[in-house]
Amino acid sequence: MKTSLFSSLAAAAALAMAGSAAHAQHDLTVVSWGGAYQDGQKEVFFKPFNAAGTKLVDESWDGGLGVLRTKIKGGNNNWDVVQVEADELEVGCDEGLYEKLDVAKIGGASRYLAGTVHPCGVGAIIYNLVLAYDGDKTKTAPTGWADFFDTKKFPGKRAIRNGAKWNLEVALIADGVPSKDVYKVLRTPEGIERAFKKLDTIKPDLVFWKSGAQPPQMLAAGDVVFTTAYNGRITAANEKDKKSFKMVWTDTPYTMDSWVIMKGTPNKANAEKLVEFMGRPDNQAKLPKYVRYGVTSAGAAPLIDKSLMGELPTNPEILKQAFAEDPKFWIDNGDKLAERWTKWSGTK
Amino acid sequence: MARRGWALATPLVAFLLVFFVVPIAWLLSLAVREAEVQRALPRTLQALAGWHADEPLPAPLFGAFAADIVAARAASTLADAARRLNYEVNGVRSTLMRAAREASTAPAGTRFDAAFFQAVDPTLASPTFFAAVQRARGPVSAYYLLASVDLVRNAQGSVERAPEGSRIYQDVLLRTLAISASVTLLCLAMGFPVALLLTQVRERTADWLLVLVLLPFWTSLLVRTASWVVVLQKEGMVNSLLLKLGLIAEPLTLIYNRTGVLVAMTHVLLPFMILPLFTVLRAIPPQYMRAAASLGAAPAVAFVRVFLPLAAPGVAAGSLMVFILALGYYITPALVGGGSDQMLSYFVATYTTDTGNWGLAAALGLLMLGTTLVLYAVAHRLSGGRVLAMG
Repeated sequence: MKTSLFSSLAAAAALAMAGSAAHAQHDLTVVSWGGAYQDGQKEVFFKPFNAAGTKLVDESWDGGLGVLRTKIKGGNNNWDVVQVEADELEVGCDEGLYEKLDVAKIGGASRYLAGTVHPCGVGAIIYNLVLAYDGDKTKTAPTGWADFFDTKKFPGKRAIRNGAKWNLEVALIADGVPSKDVYKVLRTPEGIERAFKKLDTIKPDLVFWKSGAQPPQMLAAGDVVFTTAYNGRITAANEKDKKSFKMVWTDTPYTMDSWVIMKGTPNKANAEKLVEFMGRPDNQAKLPKYVRYGVTSAGAAPLIDKSLMGELPTNPEILKQAFAEDPKFWIDNGDKLAERWTKWSGTK
Repeated sequence: MARRGWALATPLVAFLLVFFVVPIAWLLSLAVREAEVQRALPRTLQALAGWHADEPLPAPLFGAFAADIVAARAASTLADAARRLNYEVNGVRSTLMRAAREASTAPAGTRFDAAFFQAVDPTLASPTFFAAVQRARGPVSAYYLLASVDLVRNAQGSVERAPEGSRIYQDVLLRTLAISASVTLLCLAMGFPVALLLTQVRERTADWLLVLVLLPFWTSLLVRTASWVVVLQKEGMVNSLLLKLGLIAEPLTLIYNRTGVLVAMTHVLLPFMILPLFTVLRAIPPQYMRAAASLGAAPAVAFVRVFLPLAAPGVAAGSLMVFILALGYYITPALVGGGSDQMLSYFVATYTTDTGNWGLAAALGLLMLGTTLVLYAVAHRLSGGRVLAMG
């Protein structure tokens, strides 16, 4: 009696699990980075695509290859199209987490700017990590990363993204390394030491942010005088919440996020349709109105309202002052530096 | 009779087994399992059998290694192995992927020897690298467990402390214990008077007060914590009130530091202290205190010598409950703490979702589970078995 009860329960549990696996059939799901950015994407991409007849739901995340790996290897993936950062694109592609992209199905390679098409993904946006401050509260305008690290001239807390990426770069620039040499210096052990030593000088004044929506909130709450931030979030806060946040573009790293299609999704055909839709020049040209990020389709630039160019990362004037992030550096050194960062940020 | 009792509990036992014990055991086993390298580089491991780090590398090794990485690249298993090896040999991840690319596209007849890999990257022809490969051969290793207590194995295979820059978890464990202990003391200091008050007032009043105690239970943890952000931030309620009253000239830093963590965690955990205390205090007959008074004890003496010993089981149960719950806190410190206030579970979460290092996440989980069990056993022993009964 006991055994039969037990085995029937085990069978029931197995059935329940099999049932949930069979439910892998889900609505087409696109995953982006939340906040003002995703609100813009909703208006420009998701709602029109939905209206055109394919049911689409959107979710948000804060990045992390572990999340994607769990979904694919755990066998219960419910995401289809995901916006990933440059290193996540590279490593995830090697690990087989994404479908190989058939460029013909998303509009052909010629539709996109050179360097934005990858075997596993296609560029979504180009954005900068800028220095941001509240123009109403900070009277003297900072001019670059050296000011970010100057607590005498600009007393108060500063917020940076919690993680080594981009912080080591800007620390070196503040310490006098020209932006074109940053990764060369970082590839030496002394370079890493130098970056951390520079960060040490402002450590008591640092707070950390995790999600891209936080920096404008921290500025608005008066918790920090300076913060690093994704440029689009700052413009969005100015336009939506009537803030007068300002940005410094000099020597800021820019990078590209990409759309990938998760491996083995039952919605692959619709996912390709969505990526193709989001890659159309006329659709992409509408995005900067909501959030000031550069887009990747070659034909989009002439269609973008000229008045928006001032704060657009793909504006040649801005590109000239910025430098490209090197994803290869982070793929190789990310694990070690994450450890080092944890240690560093966790001790007084 | 007892047997029938067990039979009735079978559904619950089966449920716990299938959905709780088995998955947790599986997850924790990741702390010692090593599968990636074995899967991707079987021929290399065979060629390495019997090799020691101080000997020259065996000659057939590189041919086997080339065959392995070409096959593993095609089967998409190389990236996992590369990630695992990158933990120990920094930078080898993309080097290995590059070597596989070059070996796959090399013209037929290319000799895969030490010189070939030397040309790709000297690391790939070094004993240090192959010693790491050998250590990760599996099926089990202590790598993650050692890493979770800041220890590493060097190329010779002996255990030593991790380099200064990557010693993290001993500090984090101590910090986790310190925060939990502080929260427990704060909860006790605030909860004891409340529990005492609950036993003294009329029953109707006590009911209302209990509702107030339980109120935080009915709000989501996330909402409670987020409201502390609003209250404590620089231009938040506490600071503006203090500024208006003229008690401070500059806003205080109450959040993104230890203060914020202690305030928010104490608030969240207070009911877990008050409820067991209340149960115990209510059962102490008031006659005992009156008897002590009639025998000439001053109120303070009676309290310390009669009341407190009787309240001890409640104090122990409440404290243990709060302490153990506090050990596993994650969301609250993440939202209102700074970098130096993150507890062990924060790192478990980081390694699970951000970097995808499940082995280390499992090892840290095991460390936490072990610590909890040890503390529980100690508390149990010290209280002469009463804690187990109360908890």
